[in-house]
Amino acid sequence: MTTRTLFTNARLLDPATGLDKKGELLSVDGMIAEIGEKLACQDAEIVDCGGHCLAPGLVDMRVQLREPGDEYQESMESGGQAAAAGGVTTMVALPNTDPVIDELALVEFIARRSRDVGLTRIRTYAAATKGLAGKNLTEMGLLAAHGAVGFTDGLVAVADAVVMRRALSYATNFDLLLIQHPEEPRLAAGGAATSGEIATRLGLPSITPVAEVMMIERDLRLVETTGARYHAAHVSTAAAIDAIRGAKARHLAVTCDTAPHYFALNETALGDYRTFAKVSPPLRSEDDRRAVVAGLADGTIDAIASDHAPQDQESKRLPYTSAGAGIVGLETMLTLALELYHAGHVKLLTVLGALSRRPAEILRLPAGKLEAGLPADLVIFDLDRPWKINVADFHSKCRNSPFDGRPVQGAVLRTVVAGRTIYAAS
Amino acid sequence: MTSELASFAFPHRHLLGIEGLSPDDITALLDRSEVYIEQNRQANKTQSLLRGRTIMNLFFEPSTRTSTSFELAGKRLGADVITMPVQSSSVSKGETLIDTAMTLNAMHPDVLIVRHSESGAVQLLSEKVDCAVINAGDGMHEHPTQALLDALTIRLRKSRIQGLTVAICGDVAHSRVARSNIQLLNIMGARVRVVAPRTLLPAAIDRLGVEVFHDMKEGLKDVDIVMMLRLQLERMQGSFVPSLREYFHFFGLDYQKLEAAKPDALIMHPGPMNRGVEIDTEVADDINRSVIQQQVEMGVAVRMAVLEALGRTPRNIAPAR
Repeated sequence: MTTRTLFTNARLLDPATGLDKKGELLSVDGMIAEIGEKLACQDAEIVDCGGHCLAPGLVDMRVQLREPGDEYQESMESGGQAAAAGGVTTMVALPNTDPVIDELALVEFIARRSRDVGLTRIRTYAAATKGLAGKNLTEMGLLAAHGAVGFTDGLVAVADAVVMRRALSYATNFDLLLIQHPEEPRLAAGGAATSGEIATRLGLPSITPVAEVMMIERDLRLVETTGARYHAAHVSTAAAIDAIRGAKARHLAVTCDTAPHYFALNETALGDYRTFAKVSPPLRSEDDRRAVVAGLADGTIDAIASDHAPQDQESKRLPYTSAGAGIVGLETMLTLALELYHAGHVKLLTVLGALSRRPAEILRLPAGKLEAGLPADLVIFDLDRPWKINVADFHSKCRNSPFDGRPVQGAVLRTVVAGRTIYAAS
Repeated sequence: MTSELASFAFPHRHLLGIEGLSPDDITALLDRSEVYIEQNRQANKTQSLLRGRTIMNLFFEPSTRTSTSFELAGKRLGADVITMPVQSSSVSKGETLIDTAMTLNAMHPDVLIVRHSESGAVQLLSEKVDCAVINAGDGMHEHPTQALLDALTIRLRKSRIQGLTVAICGDVAHSRVARSNIQLLNIMGARVRVVAPRTLLPAAIDRLGVEVFHDMKEGLKDVDIVMMLRLQLERMQGSFVPSLREYFHFFGLDYQKLEAAKPDALIMHPGPMNRGVEIDTEVADDINRSVIQQQVEMGVAVRMAVLEALGRTPRNIAPAR
């Protein structure tokens, strides 16, 4: 039986084509069938968008779902619900689970769980090195053939230059993507805050912001010699963004993302040791934050990823240095990204492109566009609705968000995966 | 006594740091401390101001002088003082911290005196208990009673703090004593310098209101107070300085470098000293210049004033912070 859903009365927004006008979208059997001003369709279920925005569902290229291993913090199910509530239709999990995703069976496990849960599509990266130990390469070719969308050691950098060069070089055999946590590990060792006045006042062990650009510049040299595809995760400093801007000008196959906290917060969010503001890399200076905004505006930063990192109370109710790093970000990514638009810093279609089209392109996923023949993965959102972030409403198992209580503008109304509504705001 | 007590206002529930104190708060504590200096020099040193109150000394980091100083201070005010040796769990120090705090809280102490190796740990603990908390040193953050006792020592010898030039020398980067002193001296109107090799200065230290020097003779020029910091010997492993010999040569306080300071400049050190590392033995023991022993004496007096300020209010009617 054919399933038809007609989304009417929508402001169609497509970052791929620049489309921004009133219209309708027809989904047939989970795929986008037609887009137009007025579509004729008899037996379709009608979803009236009420004049609100209809855009490609968000593609979140960096989340931690804690399954397998730490299901008490998050699971595919709870993470899937959080993603659905956040307008995310595809998310890519980091391999830093227990066990580490470095075997074919584990990549297949993620795919199976994603189908079973049946919410937001869950894809996974595989580890670049066995056990994330930074020494021996994983079976990158086979892992990719079984569904791994890229290779990364997750929260740690591939620090050894020899290993990184071989990983990049080997990846070119299969045209695979390497994602780096760009931080020189010796410079970052033991650090809890970016070096500067705040860290000095609080007496926290600090990390020089140079640790980020150093690793990126090293990697860029290796990318240049190997010709590999390289993606720098969560860039947070002006220097790193400049380095990537330069690499793009030299036409290297280099991309990068940032997370909402790097443009929505700066180091002052640490306050009196607020461990919810502890992230890796650490929150930076206001100058760096502005550089992140500028990098998003000019396209140097390709994507916005939530960097969703659930941490339970026990991991955060610790002295700052001992506390776990990370923010649960799936449910606040869209609205925080829309702050960039509402503040007049970044165009709406650029913001949406960073949330859907660009990550889909980087990962070569069939998503991120309103185009006939693609899966009907969609988000409907009210661009202007004001509300206050309340962690008590989160679907995630964890509540570690420094954005609790923040007044924001723009709210998800409905999330659709393969034509099927997986979330509707009450 | 009654009128003195009435005039001694200290509008804070805890003493977590110097940051946040006003000049009046500090002056009130120092004035009160002077009363206790006299009391401590009497044969009968004990009074009953805090009789019936329970003070717990909770040191997650080894310390002899500070914990002893607090213990004496509490006992001389008539309080019951317990010093708890805390073994911090190697698995999860923080879990131990909160659990320990909750457990002790259930025993109804009136004041908890806490030292911990992590910055911010004492504040975290203060949020979980309903008694007064005194920070006896947290990581590289603050050590407020040390700064207060230093201020008391300076005030007694120089009869003022405002307008003096103070050079804080040595391992500023890892020093909570330096941070608390920088705060206090700035609040009280002194001019503060730091003198150290660049590897031992934290980023943006100038933003805390200090002039930065990397040469002892320049840094000590015409100062009224030379405050030396302890060089923790484990810093050697981190390549912060290449050797003790080189450190002493360039940054150790000896008579030659001291010549740059004012002739009546005082020499201070929070202890314990590394003789021959950050300070020459003869300089340290110079009875005309060094006030290091006096600092220890002032420590007890200042801690009595702090305990009085925070311990008098019964815990169950303590105002919310």
